[in-house]
Amino acid sequence: MNAHVEKVRSRGRSMRARWDSMPRQVRWIALLALVVFLYLLPNRWFYINLWYFRTMESDMATVLFETSFFVLLAVGLNVVVGFAGLLDLGYFGFFAVGAYTVALLTSPESRFDVGWPWLAAVPAAVAVTMISGVILGGPTLRLRGDYLAIVTLGFAEMIRLYAARNEGIANGQRGIPEIPHPVPSVKGSDGQALFGVVDARPYYWLTLTIIIFVILGVRNLTRSRVGRAWVAIREDEDAAQIMGVPTFKYKLWAFAIGAAVGGLSGALFAGKQSFINSDSFQLTNSILVLAAVILGGAGNIYGAVIGAFITWYLPEWVRGIGGVIGLEINVAEYRILIFGAVLIVMMIFRPQGILPSRRRAAEFADRRQEAAPTEASA
Amino acid sequence: MLLEIQDLTLLYGRIQALHGISLYVDEGEVVALIGANGAGKTTTMRAISGLRPVASGKIIFAGQDVTKMRADLRVIRGIGQAPEGRGVFPGMSVQENLEMGAYTRRDGAGIRQDLAMVFDLFPRLKERQRQAGGTLSGGEQQMLAVGRAMMTRPKLLLLDEPSMGLAPMLIQQIFEIITRINEQGTTVLLVEQNAQQALSRAHRGYVLETGAIVKEGSGQELLHDPAVKEAYLGVA
Repeated sequence: MNAHVEKVRSRGRSMRARWDSMPRQVRWIALLALVVFLYLLPNRWFYINLWYFRTMESDMATVLFETSFFVLLAVGLNVVVGFAGLLDLGYFGFFAVGAYTVALLTSPESRFDVGWPWLAAVPAAVAVTMISGVILGGPTLRLRGDYLAIVTLGFAEMIRLYAARNEGIANGQRGIPEIPHPVPSVKGSDGQALFGVVDARPYYWLTLTIIIFVILGVRNLTRSRVGRAWVAIREDEDAAQIMGVPTFKYKLWAFAIGAAVGGLSGALFAGKQSFINSDSFQLTNSILVLAAVILGGAGNIYGAVIGAFITWYLPEWVRGIGGVIGLEINVAEYRILIFGAVLIVMMIFRPQGILPSRRRAAEFADRRQEAAPTEASA
Repeated sequence: MLLEIQDLTLLYGRIQALHGISLYVDEGEVVALIGANGAGKTTTMRAISGLRPVASGKIIFAGQDVTKMRADLRVIRGIGQAPEGRGVFPGMSVQENLEMGAYTRRDGAGIRQDLAMVFDLFPRLKERQRQAGGTLSGGEQQMLAVGRAMMTRPKLLLLDEPSMGLAPMLIQQIFEIITRINEQGTTVLLVEQNAQQALSRAHRGYVLETGAIVKEGSGQELLHDPAVKEAYLGVA
């Protein structure tokens, strides 16, 4: 009837089917091995043996931290864009709210000067971003598609400009310094605080752990009534409503959960950098996270993870590889250009992303069918 | 009266789509709403199911004013709708689509029973149980939309152009199924361009023209009305 649809479905199926057909124990061991590998990865004695895989010119642990942090953002945005199908262009706005909340609550330079420890400020940051998600989503989630995209875009820019101009609270361009690192009481083997300036490994491990917990939580959600409601809303909002799905409520939930993960990333970022100002929250970052989610395959958690990994790690890796093969150009400078080209190619040949959810693949096939109705004669 | 609409008006921006419509549906009836393209049939349906806010007038369902009620709450009250055209969830399998219909229900046994009932009405859907909704043919999607609406276990089933785009043999079949659904106790409000089939199957009918009801009567009356014949049945 429709060869294309079948092809898309079977392509997605082959890899998944092979995975699913493996015995349960094998799958568990494979996953466990992957997790152990990821935890070992930032150690020099370990990655030095991964000659071509590691980054040559930048500190591997730092790159891994940045990548993991980017992955966390993508996993959060995937809830909004991938599951509920809401186009959010201002995700970094929530990231900024989280980072500023931590900064204001912990830094001695902050106007409030309450001097909370980092760990206590994290739940506060998550709560504040969730509330800001609800405040933004309340009036705007009644809008659909393009309108929502523009409103969220405006939100992120408002936060950034406010932070840049506001002298009273956000310290304008000077930003907020002296944000304490996470849990200073925990000492490393050298007697220094584990979470310091030099070593990025603890931050990477912390982020990795958070990612694993967030993924487990999100995965459970998608398999619940909430997850089914999201799929229905994404595929056809009117139809979802006449099935009795309270669409507004679930869209707001997706928005709030996504915002909370964004805020959590912001809190991590503030703790690692120990200094933030409005320059950390450029619009391009919002777009980059969105691109990563779409590249990887919106609607699939692991797709978002892979998309984010590729978007962040690959350019850093390529930067070093250029030196190894004797290329003089700094590939990282062309990152956005190359990435843009890759995205265009992807959207033409594989719009559902690298690792799409089975459903998303069928949805895209359906949309193509609608665009070319001659194919659809049944 | 199961459904009563009083003097309903509805706006699309500044364009008035419905000019004070009044109609009613009694329990156990099949009522057909016929009219040309753009007469406001689908708009009326969307107003009843709550997908479109109304400007003025009242919608009373089972004795309760639902005019301002959210669409998802109307489903719980017993209004089920099969929307116009391709209203199925394309990425969900046939089975998942049908289960979505039972989203608000918690009675596992009842849901299984209704699922069997739907598969009994539409054996074709059972064959395609695992196939994605978007890969079905137009006729199968239409069946799925009707079946899915049945899964909400509605008191009132709203069917928007169930015969649209179907082959003549399938049209006959889908109308037979609608009659069967009605005989099993579900009240049906039907929007159709296929006036011949709709009126011959309906207890009563309304004729809609540019957002206003211009005629009403029993199915047979309308079927033999000269003006209706000329305008909608293609006989002079």
